[in-house]
Amino acid sequence: MLGVLLAPPILWLVVVYLGSLAFLLVSSLWRLDPITTVIVRQPSLDNFKELLSPDKPYLRVAAHTAGIAAVVTLVDTILAFPLAFYMAKVASPRTRKVLFIAVTLPLWISYLVRVYSWRIILADAGFLNWVLRFFGLTGPGALGDIPISLVFSYIWLPFMILPVYAGLERIPGNLLEASADLGGRAGTTFRRIILPLALPGVVAGSIFTFSLTLGDYITPTLFSGDQFIGNVVYGHVGVSGNVPFAAAYATVPVAIMAVYLLLARRLGAFDAL
Amino acid sequence: MTNSRLTRIALRLASGLTLVFLYVPILIVVIYAFNDSKNQSWDRLITSIAANGLSGTFSLHWFDVALKNEQVRESFILSIKAALGATAVALLLGSAAAFAVHRYRFFGRGAISFVVVLPIALPGIVTGMALNAAMNIGVTGFQVGPFHINGPQFGLATIIVGHATFCVVVVYNNVVARLRRLGRSLEEASMDLGADSWQTFRRITFPALATALFAGALLAFALSFDEIIVTTFTAGTEQTLPIWIFANFKLPNARPIVNVVALAMILLSVFPVYLSARLAGAESTGSVR
Repeated sequence: MLGVLLAPPILWLVVVYLGSLAFLLVSSLWRLDPITTVIVRQPSLDNFKELLSPDKPYLRVAAHTAGIAAVVTLVDTILAFPLAFYMAKVASPRTRKVLFIAVTLPLWISYLVRVYSWRIILADAGFLNWVLRFFGLTGPGALGDIPISLVFSYIWLPFMILPVYAGLERIPGNLLEASADLGGRAGTTFRRIILPLALPGVVAGSIFTFSLTLGDYITPTLFSGDQFIGNVVYGHVGVSGNVPFAAAYATVPVAIMAVYLLLARRLGAFDAL
Repeated sequence: MTNSRLTRIALRLASGLTLVFLYVPILIVVIYAFNDSKNQSWDRLITSIAANGLSGTFSLHWFDVALKNEQVRESFILSIKAALGATAVALLLGSAAAFAVHRYRFFGRGAISFVVVLPIALPGIVTGMALNAAMNIGVTGFQVGPFHINGPQFGLATIIVGHATFCVVVVYNNVVARLRRLGRSLEEASMDLGADSWQTFRRITFPALATALFAGALLAFALSFDEIIVTTFTAGTEQTLPIWIFANFKLPNARPIVNVVALAMILLSVFPVYLSARLAGAESTGSVR
């Protein structure tokens, strides 16, 4: 019986999926012959040498992508904290339930539709400029580091709210009361009690915001004139058919995330997931 | 912290603003779907409301155009087929894996939940590329002894394979959670009363699981229906609805139709997720995404 139950999912996920991943990893060691455009199946580190070379743009692209990912993570943390705190410690159980659904629902609404909405909002005669005009301001435009950080922060925000909420919910309420009784002001309680205890949740959320930004290629093509890791990978698969290099470059976000996950584990983020 | 009046007000305000930030963009897409004009400017929309009133600004005109658009219809049908196919496969694989993990102890048991979540945890582009590479082998075919084996050509079948791979996790999570909550005592009671294992499954286990299965299926459907990144690597030249949107929303002429399609996509994901949350509890929708 166990065999019957286990064989189909194992066959599908381990053989087909993990097999494909392994194949991808191996093919990152092959290379595309630039003249014949045939893939040479001889293991070498040429692709990795190329992407690490300081004369090529690839390291810069990776650094820029990671930088934007860091900004997005910071913005999302700041945006998520008040709502997550309100849900965990102030709201009534009924309100909490409603808010939980309200935060989760956007995640299920098409990623593409949510990205598309920002095309409308950030356009010159769009909603944002219309709102800002009342304050005598103009928006950041639709292309560049600010718009792309904004759009990324928007689409990944629920991924930050949920783990931060889960982390805050676990802080016993009497700890906050004790701090206040002992004369701690709101700021002190926040800094010395809430923040340290909420940190694993923030780190857990940052795993999502960081990893999703590193792997995305659709949002950058729409809101940034610059290349991101995802664009480079996608461009090498689609335009030049250089799957080996794309595979090699795709290991960069995976490697960044591996380091990040190791750090996150030391900060106790996995208990907060 | 919470007993200071000022902090409470500030907290409410900041929470409210975050919610506004989450929902205004979605609301704007909804508004634009009813925009009668081809002009996509918000300023013009406001001027038009002032000059022509709501009925002179909004209409269902573009719904009609979208419904009559051949490409939209075809990609809509393809998306539905792919989502149904992926949901069916995910139901089979996800519940089989959930039963195996819940009922048995075996080598590598702990790794199952990791493998199941991996396709959704890794960047979509990595999953897409990996599947694309494997499918390419199938498309060109390979020799096993005297036989030439061919996989499917890029199209509906490969889209379903790709989507099912990352949909398994939602079914698995829902079923595992339900099995855990259920415990074994009801089944044991049934067996003690003389039911065989098939009867027990049919009359006890399956009815108890039905809503969890349905909730998982709805989520898998919503997940598949929206997906674009893995799809671009597995669809070949076929267009699902998200791919159609991506190909068209830069074309000014197509924008009004894109707005309507976008609204349809919002409704087609919100409705299943709402139903699923009602069936299996709000936790079911928050566990994966």
